[in-house]
Amino acid sequence: MLLRSLFVPRSDFEAGTGWRLKPEGACQGNVCIPLSQPAGDPVDVARVAKDIGMPLVAAPEYGLWALGPASIGSRALASAQAPDLRLPDLSGKEFQLSSLRGQKVLLYAWAPY
Amino acid sequence: MWQALRNELQPKGFELVTVGLDTQGDAGCRAFIEAAKPEHPSLIDRHHVLADLFGVINIPSSVWIDENGMIVRPAEAAPAPPQATPGPPRSLPADLPQRFVEIMAEAAKIKKDTQGYHSALRDWVEHGAASRFALSPDEVVIRSRPRDNAKALGHAHFQLATQLEMDGHHKSAIQHFREAHRLVPDSWTFRRQAWSLEKVGDGPLARFWQGPNPETPDAWPYAGDWLGDIRKVGAENYSEPWRP
Repeated sequence: MLLRSLFVPRSDFEAGTGWRLKPEGACQGNVCIPLSQPAGDPVDVARVAKDIGMPLVAAPEYGLWALGPASIGSRALASAQAPDLRLPDLSGKEFQLSSLRGQKVLLYAWAPY
Repeated sequence: MWQALRNELQPKGFELVTVGLDTQGDAGCRAFIEAAKPEHPSLIDRHHVLADLFGVINIPSSVWIDENGMIVRPAEAAPAPPQATPGPPRSLPADLPQRFVEIMAEAAKIKKDTQGYHSALRDWVEHGAASRFALSPDEVVIRSRPRDNAKALGHAHFQLATQLEMDGHHKSAIQHFREAHRLVPDSWTFRRQAWSLEKVGDGPLARFWQGPNPETPDAWPYAGDWLGDIRKVGAENYSEPWRP
């Protein structure tokens, strides 16, 4: 997840990382990682990242940070619950994966190179 | 090909969502998407969030998600659907540079289990959770890509690189792409994306060159290139074999 500030709205943090911030901690499906303090809103990214074990890389000269994914159990997925992917289409309109609940979905990755 | 398959399966409660992984965004993807005329959601992923969120590190890949939003098959190689009537064999233009001829020869050696994958897909669409190809939540997690702390750090460097590239800081982007390649050596998409941004020559094939300019080979900023890397691992090992 890319950041221009180390404090981001909770909804942005949840959409960007796939982790829901709940009273019991940061959760994906039924997997919850306890937090050292309640996450708050806006989220203190550096602190929560440390709790969940997400690497944070800075490019200070550009005022930019990137938050890497967690690696719970040394796997890409902590849970089989699909994160609520949000991406734009060609017209720039944002699409939300959860809008397809009730259908089987094949998510297909390709590249023009 | 995928559009036709989607139209066939859609009445059974199936939808296809395609995601173009490209830091160049619309500029890179538009021509391909418009040619495919998709009626399904067709999305653009400039920062490869699919790598972070789903463990996608190669293309073409798929993830299957059921009606309740549960992943039933994590990222795996997704061969194109078999064509009912194969098109005429395409002849290569006589003036095609030798590098492209060699790249296409390697690409032709990439192993695909089209039959196995697509009969499994139809079985799942038909039988849902009862299909033996729909994996349990535990199995989905176990089969998802291995990712340790070093790889997670590599993902962060990659995303930083994509943003720096978009902001016009190409040289700084290269530094972070290199770090991503070092930390996530098994990601083909992290490499191919970076290589594709080093344009050698012009024209529609320029982004497929993905290697040093023969006239200035020392200017190539990366440790590997498409042809060199695929020969190193063997094209037959490009994708992991499909497992039922």
